[in-house]
Amino acid sequence: MYTWIWRHLPGGTAGKALLSLLMALVVCAVLLFVVFPWIEPMLPFTAVTVDPGSGQ
Amino acid sequence: MRRTVSSATGTEWTAPAGPVRYGRPRRTPGDVGRTVVRGIGQALVTAGPIVLLFVVYEVWVTDLLTNQRQGELSDELQAEWGDGTAGQTGGTFTGGPIDVEVGEPFAVVHVPRLGENWSRVVVEGTGTAELEDGPGHYVDTVMPGEQGNFSVAGHRVGRGSPFLDLDTMRPGDPIVIETAEGWFTYQVLGDAATGDFASPSGIPGQQVVTPADVDVIAPTPGGAPGTAATGKYLTLTTCHPKYSARQRLVIHAELADARSRADAPDGPAALRED
Repeated sequence: MYTWIWRHLPGGTAGKALLSLLMALVVCAVLLFVVFPWIEPMLPFTAVTVDPGSGQ
Repeated sequence: MRRTVSSATGTEWTAPAGPVRYGRPRRTPGDVGRTVVRGIGQALVTAGPIVLLFVVYEVWVTDLLTNQRQGELSDELQAEWGDGTAGQTGGTFTGGPIDVEVGEPFAVVHVPRLGENWSRVVVEGTGTAELEDGPGHYVDTVMPGEQGNFSVAGHRVGRGSPFLDLDTMRPGDPIVIETAEGWFTYQVLGDAATGDFASPSGIPGQQVVTPADVDVIAPTPGGAPGTAATGKYLTLTTCHPKYSARQRLVIHAELADARSRADAPDGPAALRED
């Protein structure tokens, strides 16, 4: 996966390294601000209320 | 056979001997297998930092987002409440029902024990969306100052971590609820002198319960949910231990003082003490 991406990035080694870094930052931002807020309610470890429905 | 070619600039170039090849070497099944294994390995190595990034999200990014929301909600309430001189002066002051929709802010909780000038805006409702904005009021419980059990849930870690240090609360600690009408000072139940949470009323100042134990937010904490209230209480719930949702940490407090905003423009004594 990564070698394929590297081969297909434009530019010399320095250019590819910079673009790789930018792509990694974009992926992090998408994860932190889009993906994680979306899946978080589906995870069980953030409940703080008492509620008769909890089976634990 | 060697071939001699003339290039555009006039120099001569001699091609290497041997058959001319076109394209890459043919892909063998071994190559495909190696690519698949390499791909799986890279996917696993990628999964690790993603999980770590999720921890960063839970502990840091949600704090940022919630603190921003708290700032907005605080501005909204201050604008709504004006210069803080509403309500009658003198006479007895008691809390009354506050009509507010789920998600709307309606009070500010001040807890000196949790930090200097520590306060959070409380919203109505305890759903996931509401708790992302800050501590939320259990809708089936009474409002501040009313007879019964005013109960609030808040996150322990993440989303502003309002109740992170709730375990440091001690008997006698003040919890002040500020509303449009006035200030309600509750005190954590228990013996302040000895630090023992057991109180004469039988309601402990602090307890750890299972998530299904809804008795803690009953009108009389610990009583059956339908029974009448025996006093004016406040209950805070959060998860326990710190990074788990296995149990709930619960704080119980009883109303000690209530005064209108007009009577106490700078807040009650409990907030001015430290």
